[in-house]
Amino acid sequence: MHAVLIMILQRLALGLLTLFVVSVVIFGATELLPGDLASTLLGQAATPETVAALRRQLGLDQPAPVRYWAWLTGVLQGDFGTSLATRRPIADMLAARLGNTIFLALYAAALAVPLALILGILAALWRNSLFDRVANAGALSAISFPEFFIAYILIYLLAQSGYFPSMVRLSPAMSLGDKLYASFLPALTLTLVVTAHMMRMTRAAIINLLASPYIEMARLKGVSPLRIVLRHALPNALAPIINVIAINLAYLITGVVVVEVVFVYPGLGQLMVDSVSKRDIAVVQAIALIFASAYVLLNLTADVLSTLTNPRLMRRK
Amino acid sequence: MNNTRNRHGVTRRGLLKGATAMGAAGLILPASYRAARAEPQQGGTFRIGLGHGNSTDSYDPGLIDNLYSQVFAAARHNQLIEVDADGQLIPEIAESWESDDGQTWVFRIRQGVTFHSGKDVTVEDVLASLNHHRGEDATSAIKQFFDPVTDISIDGQNIVVTLEAPNGDFAYLMSDYHIAIMPSIDGRIDPTSSDGCGPYVVESFEPGVEATLNRFPDYWKPDRGHFDRVEILAILDSAARLNALMTGQVDLIDQIDPATISMLEAQGAANILSIPGNAHYVFPMDSREAPFNDNNVRLALKYAIDRQQMVDTILGGHGAVSNDNPIGPANRYFYADMEAKTFDPDRARHYLRKADMESLTVNLHVADAAFAGAVDAGALYAETAAQSGITINLVREPNDGYWDNVWMQKPFVASYWGGRAVEDHMFTTGYAAGAAWNDSFWEHDRFNELLVKARSEVDEDLRREMYQEMQRIVSFEGAVVIPMYNNYVMATATNVATPDQVSANWNLDGFRCVERWWFA
Amino acid sequence: MGVLIFLVLFIAASIPLSWSFRAGLARVLPRHMKSAARDMPLTAAFGIMVIAVYILVAIFAPLLAPFPERAVVGTQFQPWDSTHLLGTDRLGRDMLSRLIYGARNTVGIAFATTALAFLVGSLLGILAALRGGWLDQGLSRFVDALMAIPSLIFALLLLTIFGTSVLTLILVIAAVDATRVYRIARSVGEGIVVMDYIEAARLRGEGNWYLIRREILPNALAPLVAEFGLRFCFVFLTISSLSFLGLGIQPPTADWGSMVRDNATLITFGNVTPLLPAGAIALLTVAVNFVVDWQLYRASGLKEQVG
Repeated sequence: MHAVLIMILQRLALGLLTLFVVSVVIFGATELLPGDLASTLLGQAATPETVAALRRQLGLDQPAPVRYWAWLTGVLQGDFGTSLATRRPIADMLAARLGNTIFLALYAAALAVPLALILGILAALWRNSLFDRVANAGALSAISFPEFFIAYILIYLLAQSGYFPSMVRLSPAMSLGDKLYASFLPALTLTLVVTAHMMRMTRAAIINLLASPYIEMARLKGVSPLRIVLRHALPNALAPIINVIAINLAYLITGVVVVEVVFVYPGLGQLMVDSVSKRDIAVVQAIALIFASAYVLLNLTADVLSTLTNPRLMRRK
Repeated sequence: MNNTRNRHGVTRRGLLKGATAMGAAGLILPASYRAARAEPQQGGTFRIGLGHGNSTDSYDPGLIDNLYSQVFAAARHNQLIEVDADGQLIPEIAESWESDDGQTWVFRIRQGVTFHSGKDVTVEDVLASLNHHRGEDATSAIKQFFDPVTDISIDGQNIVVTLEAPNGDFAYLMSDYHIAIMPSIDGRIDPTSSDGCGPYVVESFEPGVEATLNRFPDYWKPDRGHFDRVEILAILDSAARLNALMTGQVDLIDQIDPATISMLEAQGAANILSIPGNAHYVFPMDSREAPFNDNNVRLALKYAIDRQQMVDTILGGHGAVSNDNPIGPANRYFYADMEAKTFDPDRARHYLRKADMESLTVNLHVADAAFAGAVDAGALYAETAAQSGITINLVREPNDGYWDNVWMQKPFVASYWGGRAVEDHMFTTGYAAGAAWNDSFWEHDRFNELLVKARSEVDEDLRREMYQEMQRIVSFEGAVVIPMYNNYVMATATNVATPDQVSANWNLDGFRCVERWWFA
Repeated sequence: MGVLIFLVLFIAASIPLSWSFRAGLARVLPRHMKSAARDMPLTAAFGIMVIAVYILVAIFAPLLAPFPERAVVGTQFQPWDSTHLLGTDRLGRDMLSRLIYGARNTVGIAFATTALAFLVGSLLGILAALRGGWLDQGLSRFVDALMAIPSLIFALLLLTIFGTSVLTLILVIAAVDATRVYRIARSVGEGIVVMDYIEAARLRGEGNWYLIRREILPNALAPLVAEFGLRFCFVFLTISSLSFLGLGIQPPTADWGSMVRDNATLITFGNVTPLLPAGAIALLTVAVNFVVDWQLYRASGLKEQVG
């Protein structure tokens, strides 16, 4: 147990380093983008004079390193600052959207993970059967359609006939059931997008073990194929499966901007793209940090879980 | 107020002296309601899905820059002067206005109007609201409107504005949508407050997502603001907007993909409103730079475009061919009989030869940020121009940063104009020498001379002649290819009723669908 | 419904086609590859056949396409008829011709991108595993940080900064993909560098380049190839998503990702036009991964009866 604890601490420290690098990269990239908040807020109407005035007011006339340092010291004290565009505290702006993003990610994961595991295990069990082929080809086709296109097809099939709303409008007053109903289509879209990857990895990881001597032994002893897969192969195949689930969970949190746009879902991705296009750097930074943290934490969790499921890995250190 | 009123456009007389006479006529018998099919009914929740709206939108009236914030502002604010559905200036918070010399303007402020907060609208509030756009620290998009203003003062119930030099169009400028009347706190308005004296009170606002508003029970206009509640949603994806309307989740959408208009119409579940106006799509060239500094090259490019095909394909037929003319059919002095430029590859070649060229290769920089369908329009242009020996290399630029890096930076680009109700305003902003938005960097002595002369000309026929000559100059010697006037196209649920006349001055009934429309 | 019937017919037709393709392949191939061809499952034969067809279409596009890539030859959205077999697109260009040219552009760009990503990613990854120390730490931490930034948003940032020519598009997507490849290559490499034969080669005094080329790469190939199959197909999707967000390939170049985007709204009215480019992408994805699966299966050494 001790070794795992040390690993967690080490990884958390590295995670902080990652967050720091992310913030520098994002800040630098946003600085390289043409124009700044002042000129984009004024848009086509910008005259040099007005832009200069707005720049002064927003503090954008300071050199970049000064602004970065001011931002960094703020964040280290737990203050994300205020959005320069809307003049609202960023923490307030993000709270509701972060909740929405996590809700959708968990919803989609709750549909996709069991589905992927079951399909993957069955495909491994009946490998090379018709079922395996169809599941495989279906999953591959699903991931080779662009997300927005899957969304349009689902809307055409399920929303135009009135089964589900084509647009998600969430309010804090909604009950959980209503929320689940309202966001069913985006969750289903994401399920179709991520299931294939997890399913294929589950199948591959299990099949990979089926050639091992110990499985061969079990088979010779006359253990049933289902039992071999579930009791003997699956536990040892868990590490790569957990890893791929973590990657897809991270994707569900950080990579779903297109689905958000199609279903008008008020999540973080849309806010980030908006803020990038308006050069609202403080908001971009805050969201980038949230995304990076999600990524770091999920990877850490996956590694800890894989270590725990595999005693050999634990003893190695 | 005599006979000089015109169906479209604002008359000069009306501008200089848009006093009570004109205003009263407009209010007692609003032209738009005269032949209304049915009396407006009150009630219902009006849900609008717009292809605009950004999470950086704020309440600051000086930073209103997209259709979402424009409609949202029209729902919660009133202005000094309103532009009615006929394009006439009619009184709003200013009950009358007057100027003897065009240099000193007197606006009489209406009494008995209250803000949503319950406070009365006073002259001080109006002064603060105007000053928000003025002065060195002002960050308003219309700051330059106030550059020639030397003083704004209070005189009893009047606001007196003094200009450096006479400007007959000043009242028109004051009808700009940025000038919202908001309460004054120590002589300044609070740009982070939602308080206004418009038809609806803000209940909630999540930038880039939605705004909800309820009817303001004490609204001063008796015949406006028919809905109980208004919800304005930002739906950026065009298919999502269509679906929201088709599944009954919203009652009004804008920016319909032209390719799908006929399909939507065929379904019969929605009404299409297609409002012709002065808005137009343009391809400006940098007239200072070779090869665009040669008018023969510019003419070759103008004859190498198939305008009708553009209207049919890019606008889905919802628009009209333009003869490189920024003055539109809804303008008063529109030169309808000007010699039309049809698609004519031979003539294009002829002008190329006159420029001592056998062939021509130019880069056209486009992005859909310039106008919906700009990339497609560029591809079409490149195809037709190829028939005249002109190679147009299409360069698709990112939407992001288009107005910063491409427009007025690259020599040949795509852009759009909302059109202007008066000719002088259009020419002064876009074509006068040195104007901030003269995006073709074009200078023409005769044109500039006429522009100044026409402002003070009182003889109606002479003015018409001058403005028509200017249109001819821009069309045949200017550096802007203007292939088409685009209609404002919107779709509503079948139970949404509008007045017979819907404004061509800006989109969505001059942004005022929220206060002018109702549920049948 | 029509789409479903079409799908069933397509599958029904592809089985005998793949079967005869496999038989034909077994006949013409040189002796040592014959057995591999004879033993390959039908799915793999189908995959190879589809890939071959795509490559032929891409090479001979100008000969096959009835109309030029960018010419406007009709009116908007003409229905399918004998002149325009698949109708016309939103500008009146022939849909079939654009699909055919799309094969050339799309497959070319996707291949260049993936190849570049794998070259850079796997070399750096294996080098990091081999050398360890500061090089490994520095590279790995940097890649970690880049991977923690959502890839679509990162690509969006880079493309906005550097413009959207085909070259920058390839470089940017390759850069983003290379981080993923680096991770896999490094972890696979880590397992290999501790092996005895690497130690032996080192003692022989072989250089890094020799080790990578002769000892590590051949042993790390299987997982990298599997990843290659998926990454290759994701390039189409990235281009499509980018064009959804207003970036992507330069018009009037035909590419499937942008073609899906351009015509996507039509599906709202039940029109199948956007299904064509999407289907072209899907078919290639399935085909490539069928082949990859077969290769992996052979590499895994699982000797079971193959159907």
